[in-house]
Amino acid sequence: MIKIKGGRLFDPKNGIDEEGDIYIVDGKVRKEGAAEIEIDAAGLYVFPGFVDLHAHLREPGREDEETIETGSRAAVKGGFTSVCAMPNTEPPVDNQGVARFVKEKGEKAGYARIFPIGTITKGRKGEEISEFGDLIEGGCVGVSDDGDCVRKSDIIRRALEYAKMFNIPVIEHPEDTYLSEGGQINEGRISTILGMGGIPSISESIIVARDIEIANFVGGWIHLTHISVKDSLEKIIEGRKKQRGKITCDVTAHHLVLTEDKVKEFNSNFKMKPPLRSEEDRRALVWGLRNGVIDAIITDHAPHAFFEKELEFDLAPFGVVGLETAFSSLYTYLVEKGELELATLVMYLSSSPALLFSLPYGEIRDGGIADLVLVDLKGEWEVREDTLASKSKNSPYLGEKLRGVVVCTIVDGRIVYREGEWRRRNEGISS
Amino acid sequence: MDNGGRSLNRKDLLGIEELSREEIELILEQAEGMKEILERPVRKVPALQGFTIANLFFEPSTRTLNSFLLAERRLSADTVNVSASSSSVLKGETLLDTAKNIEAMKVDMVVLRHSCPGAPHFLAKRIDASVINAGDGSHEHPTQALLDLLTIKEKFGKIDGLKVLIVGDIMHSRVARSDILGLRKMGAWVRVCGPPTLIPLWIDELGVEVEYNLDRAMRDVDIIYVLRIQKERQKKGLFPSIREYVKYFCITPERLRQAKEGVVIMHPGPMNRGVEISPEVADGPWSVILDQVTNGVAIRMAIIYLLARRRR
Amino acid sequence: MTWKKKEKIMDPEGMNWTLRRIANEIIENCGVENLCLIGIRKRGDVLAERLSRIIKEITGKEIPVGVLDITLYRDDLTIMGPRPLIGGSELPCKIDGMKVVLVDDVIYTGRTVRAALDELVDYGRPSFIKLAVLIDRGGRELPIHPDFVGKKIELTGKKQVQVEVKEVDGEDGIWIMEEEV
Repeated sequence: MIKIKGGRLFDPKNGIDEEGDIYIVDGKVRKEGAAEIEIDAAGLYVFPGFVDLHAHLREPGREDEETIETGSRAAVKGGFTSVCAMPNTEPPVDNQGVARFVKEKGEKAGYARIFPIGTITKGRKGEEISEFGDLIEGGCVGVSDDGDCVRKSDIIRRALEYAKMFNIPVIEHPEDTYLSEGGQINEGRISTILGMGGIPSISESIIVARDIEIANFVGGWIHLTHISVKDSLEKIIEGRKKQRGKITCDVTAHHLVLTEDKVKEFNSNFKMKPPLRSEEDRRALVWGLRNGVIDAIITDHAPHAFFEKELEFDLAPFGVVGLETAFSSLYTYLVEKGELELATLVMYLSSSPALLFSLPYGEIRDGGIADLVLVDLKGEWEVREDTLASKSKNSPYLGEKLRGVVVCTIVDGRIVYREGEWRRRNEGISS
Repeated sequence: MDNGGRSLNRKDLLGIEELSREEIELILEQAEGMKEILERPVRKVPALQGFTIANLFFEPSTRTLNSFLLAERRLSADTVNVSASSSSVLKGETLLDTAKNIEAMKVDMVVLRHSCPGAPHFLAKRIDASVINAGDGSHEHPTQALLDLLTIKEKFGKIDGLKVLIVGDIMHSRVARSDILGLRKMGAWVRVCGPPTLIPLWIDELGVEVEYNLDRAMRDVDIIYVLRIQKERQKKGLFPSIREYVKYFCITPERLRQAKEGVVIMHPGPMNRGVEISPEVADGPWSVILDQVTNGVAIRMAIIYLLARRRR
Repeated sequence: MTWKKKEKIMDPEGMNWTLRRIANEIIENCGVENLCLIGIRKRGDVLAERLSRIIKEITGKEIPVGVLDITLYRDDLTIMGPRPLIGGSELPCKIDGMKVVLVDDVIYTGRTVRAALDELVDYGRPSFIKLAVLIDRGGRELPIHPDFVGKKIELTGKKQVQVEVKEVDGEDGIWIMEEEV
């Protein structure tokens, strides 16, 4: 049993913002109880544990870049208690066996809760839909060919129809590759100056529009992931008016903070898909979050080996790590600067994504599951290769000092991370 | 050293974008001094004796490579050439490894031609040797822009206030980018012309005017800068055929009748005669194309000389 | 460090008389046929022009004048720091078979003259090269000696000679300079 003493309890979903004590008994949050361990949370915020709907943990296949173990250690260090693992592994998660492997590896690691996402199509080839039922039995909470868009309109239609049977999200990576081919960064001012291949905003919004049309046509659930341009938001707002299909979406932490101007130094740690967009797009995304258009903030944590990123910009792979910097970068750049309320940030990192994917976490209530994170908002940490727990160090924030330090993370009532130390939740005595 | 406070105080020359107007003026002035050396019976000075320069050309180029080589030799530098197709990167050795290896052989300066934008910037941050950008993808080609500016200055006695038209594939041209930046910094006014598929939508961010009709575009300009059309672009479907390109954009004597008296024609080479420029124009009285080539050596001598510093 | 004028060792009139004497010596020693004066930037060229004018006054003969910028021939170019800027060389004629008199304001270590000789031979093969200087301050580091000298002085300690000419500095005059402590 744990007593969290004197923290500022903060759960926007349940309208909680008060100083007080809470207890954790048998993995549940309680207002009262006895304490074997006492955590002095004076000066700290107590948030519901964060839920990431979209991370790449690279296992199986690229264990040199990240493993489920190292990825989930990075997750709890960043305050994430639940992480959905994207299926573009080698082999991909297109069958129950690989799904179970991911799930079990997550449990064995014993830090964050790991939920596999299955592929939409077999082998991620975009040709035949995967066995959704089998994948769900293996622990999958959604399906996605993320990394690639489902190019064929009839295939995404079948996927959206078939998924209705299971009420799971079909998570689309919206990118018309005919329009984005050869592109390295956002097509616009910076790509013109740098002479780099551009990825136009329409390569995203066209697929967003297509998928919304199909979802509305068949009455399915499309979840559009890592939305990055203003036009996509407009399509989503329009599409929802029809009220036929279910249309949800998320945005990455880095697209809310960074813009295309950052790539002027040719640093491949600012190279990702979708690319960093214009300031106008970034502002639109923040607006979308504040006005309920966007359902969740994701990390799109994409670890890459140093030798792969340490190349000419064009040759470096897309993707950046984000589990450890998502909260503090958003807090430092948006909340402290007055662009976003703390409550909005916490809600879209916790309760909102949890509800969306029907995960029973993301809130602080009497009897609720004790997935919590204690954060020192005044604290500061420097993002350095040696302060990142992820196996890969391809962070756009390297060398920066960010405010909002995760002091302690609790999953299922166990302390899994506290001030630089990790402990597996299935290890040692129950607390 | 008493330079009246003027110097090119930088390790690398990566692009026109980073240069100030004063720095460009200094390079042009020094290049004028270098031109005199090219007229002497012995076209060589001992300035860079014992200084070693590696020419790393990851893209085929004879013209730029030879121009750099001559410039280096006229300054008495020792040179080593490494040519590799970009595909050797795929064979295993990265650009960084190649460069580090060369640096380990005590090279003081690297001249880099590479198909990826930013490759010289990437390298410059990671090696001690000076890096000169000899063309990075569609990004910049600063030595070309500087030799163009020198040619214009010689021809007109000034750059400020001139009107320049750049015709062709603006989208994929590092020459266009560097020239636009250089001309704008030196006070010239620039218009671009070409098929819309070869002009970036955001080109006006560089402070230029766009006109798709060549006849209208050339009317009031002092200089027409003709870009090389790469035939591969046609295969990628960016314009329907060479024939139609020639019809709308080839610079011919007939077309030039609509231009100003004394209009000057420039081209970075190598030319596709009969595609972007007719032979009569290329060899005609308008052309300063061979002056550009001569000035290329002088400009590169000036840049190498100004950047050269012995590594410890 | 800053240098301060300490003592004036020649006034405009003195400079004029000295140049006149050197001009006469040149005429006497070299004759004026195929003669060419080449000044070293950036005060030697001014002095060469003046010598040419004086020789014309005396003999009525126009003597071609050239200028050498020896920057690219210096032996200290490899030191760190900003490059010294080049001013450009300009020779008035082919120097093959010519009688060349190099002109500089001050001779000290002899390294500048060494560079100038190297540069000159890249232009051609003169029949001979002689050297004229306004001031010889001693302290040679190379076996080079002037043929025509305006004034010889010995400097010790942290001192320098500065020759000023009105074309560059606004006024004629030669000064001993001392380092400001």
